[in-house]
Amino acid sequence: MSGLQTRREWLLSDSPVSRGQARWGQSYRIWLALTANRLAMVGLWIVIILALLAIFAPLIAPYDPLEGIGGLRGARLEPPSWSHPFGTDDLSRDILSRVLHGSRLTLLVVLLVAVIATPIGLAIGTAAGYFGGWVDVVLMRITDIFMAFPRLILALAFASALGPGIENAIIAIAITAWPPYARLARAETLTIRETDYINAARLQGASSLRILWGHVTPLCLSSAIVRVTLDMAGIILIAAGLGFLGLGAQPPQPEWGAMIAGGRRFIIDQWWVATMPGLAIFIVALGFNLLGDGLRDVLDPKARK
Amino acid sequence: MTSLLTVDDLRITFPTRQGPSEVVRGVSFSLGRERLGIVGESGSGKSQTGRAILGLTPPPGVATAQKLDFDGIDLRGASPAKWRELRGIRMSMIMQDPKFSLNPVMTIGRQLIEAALRTSSRTEARDSAMAMLEAVQIRDPARVFKAYPHELSGGMGQRAMIAMMLITQPDLLIADEPTSALDVTVQIEVLRILDRLVTDRGMGLIFISHDLRLVSSFCDRVLVMYAGRVVEEVKASDLAQAKHPYTQGLYKCLPKIEGGLRPLATLQRDAEWAR
Amino acid sequence: MGLIDLERLEVTFGAAGNLVHAVRGVSLSVAMGESYGIVGESGSGKSTVLRAICGLAPVTAGTIAMSGKPLASPRNAAFYRDVQMVFQDPYASLHPRHTVDRVLSEPLAIHGFDNGESRIERALDEVGLGRGFRFRYPHQLSGGQRQRVAIARALILEPKVLLLDEPTSALDASIQAEVLNLLDRIRAERGLTYILVSHDLAVVAHMCERLMVMQHGLAVEELTRAGLQSRQASQTYTRDLLTASEGYRR
Repeated sequence: MSGLQTRREWLLSDSPVSRGQARWGQSYRIWLALTANRLAMVGLWIVIILALLAIFAPLIAPYDPLEGIGGLRGARLEPPSWSHPFGTDDLSRDILSRVLHGSRLTLLVVLLVAVIATPIGLAIGTAAGYFGGWVDVVLMRITDIFMAFPRLILALAFASALGPGIENAIIAIAITAWPPYARLARAETLTIRETDYINAARLQGASSLRILWGHVTPLCLSSAIVRVTLDMAGIILIAAGLGFLGLGAQPPQPEWGAMIAGGRRFIIDQWWVATMPGLAIFIVALGFNLLGDGLRDVLDPKARK
Repeated sequence: MTSLLTVDDLRITFPTRQGPSEVVRGVSFSLGRERLGIVGESGSGKSQTGRAILGLTPPPGVATAQKLDFDGIDLRGASPAKWRELRGIRMSMIMQDPKFSLNPVMTIGRQLIEAALRTSSRTEARDSAMAMLEAVQIRDPARVFKAYPHELSGGMGQRAMIAMMLITQPDLLIADEPTSALDVTVQIEVLRILDRLVTDRGMGLIFISHDLRLVSSFCDRVLVMYAGRVVEEVKASDLAQAKHPYTQGLYKCLPKIEGGLRPLATLQRDAEWAR
Repeated sequence: MGLIDLERLEVTFGAAGNLVHAVRGVSLSVAMGESYGIVGESGSGKSTVLRAICGLAPVTAGTIAMSGKPLASPRNAAFYRDVQMVFQDPYASLHPRHTVDRVLSEPLAIHGFDNGESRIERALDEVGLGRGFRFRYPHQLSGGQRQRVAIARALILEPKVLLLDEPTSALDASIQAEVLNLLDRIRAERGLTYILVSHDLAVVAHMCERLMVMQHGLAVEELTRAGLQSRQASQTYTRDLLTASEGYRR
């Protein structure tokens, strides 16, 4: 491999010489396929911008999100203008700054729920699908019980039991978010279970744990990633719903759902108070949906080829 | 023998991320009311050739040719209406696995009648369907008439497929690996039925297969394809005297029950063949 | 007493009312170093016999013994070091997300073999694949190359017996010749015992000294290669198979 080989050639090489090169090459190919899809790139950019805004919110936001400007007699309910692009709310707080800081909360909720719920769902689903028998029955009935309740209601119940606050909202949403991943993982595992490569692994004496972790789970991962990305929109909406109902982030935290709740009273004459955070939720949910669709086109082995 | 089908410089190109890829590169042949075999391994382009003749090149693939003539009709750029007149009525295709080519939710009888209705009236269609089932030597035609594809064995399903494709008395039949998915004892039966029907009706047959021996015993002429090109065109009876090294290699590398070379002769692929 | 002995083996799938008798009382004996073939059409139960030997199909009656001792159920690590299998479909027998390196290093890791690096390289050399193939994924390999990887995987644990389930049915004729030659050479070099299953009588006649014909789960007849070649088949079914294998006559 001469030094003249460009990085792209190294990545797309037909005969990789190391595990690293093989893995990077594979990821690069997936990346190339994703970038070919324009809508998916739109979604990706929205998500990247969300992440950047969330990280740099304290630097970008023009005003303090929690302190009103000049007290209650200051700039209350001012319409969008050059000094306040999103207007101000009833406590004289700049809505743009609140939306920017709220993006941190949104990102936090979405990431933590994904990180908590997905492994639980995958573990339960793959175990149920692989072992079958009573393990399958027990695990799937538990899953069914969780799925029988509408998600918002169940999250509400947990949040009420745990108490208000964004941390408890995250736990509540995570508890209700794992069942679809378990179902998904189980369905994939059932198809994979009888394939020859799993039989070959059994014939080498691989333990069930090794097969589940090393062979089954990597194959469920693509569908799980796609599903999580598409679910993120729903998670944001549930967090917003909880916030709207007063069970998520507590005032004065600038959580988008809580902001909509607060702006409800003014929707007719001062539409911007509720609409701006609503627009933010809409755009971010749309971004995750587009990205999820693009990922599915790229990662779904049946769609590829 | 007047030509039923004339193909000149057929090229089929598929776009890929690395640029356009030509899977068929200048195939030319003509077919009268005779049997032509097209033999090749996977990737030789033989199936795509068959599909291009019926205008069934899957998009985004594009098929072009200097000449693609069926009985005086120019098939290049034929309109959908023209294809409707030709496909299934004057030109038919049998595919490999009846499990995938028969409609699973319709009975065999209904599918046969649907095919027959293209050239006959409703009253005649039912009779033609039953007659066709008997012509393919199905012993209990009434039962098969009411059966669904999944209830039939491989051999019966393939015979039903043949019945369906020949019910309109086409002039040209393209058979793409018609017996590859069948057990060897069933293969011979199905081939015998096909043999008789093709002879009785004076059809032109293109038999596409990977099995050189089978094709040479079934057909009059054989085209051998490699990497999208025809590397040899030979009379079936002269196959043992084939000139191209690929054909010779293909012929000799098969194990025989009577024994032969050990180790088996393998093909030494020459890059020249792919140019 | 051979290396592998099957005594009235029966394999039945399904639940009551919907039973499928895949293998109905098959007995055979394979000696050490022998190449034994099982020939049959679809539904004959030939592949199921191999799977039963591996423990992948439920044995409902009869015994399977190796070197005179009945096999432990479920099979243990010692069995897997002695007996390995090459599957039919090269497109389905390799994990789509594992590189060739991972495919070959996993059995070594499971059984705690040392010198992994040199073993993997030797395995690839033995099946005729160069170093450049080591980190490829299955979708970057052709059918013949995948089957070679599957053979390398089967051999890396240095088994005594290789079960071959239609190893070349899904391959082109020219590739089939290469893989059959490879299997022949490996058997000679390592002194392995083969049980080869195929629907192709010519392949079995080429590769095996003795063979059994199966139909509908039953053993129809057992022949030697010489017997087959001189058409000394006593059963009608075997004769039908022979005639059909000769090809079509107009």
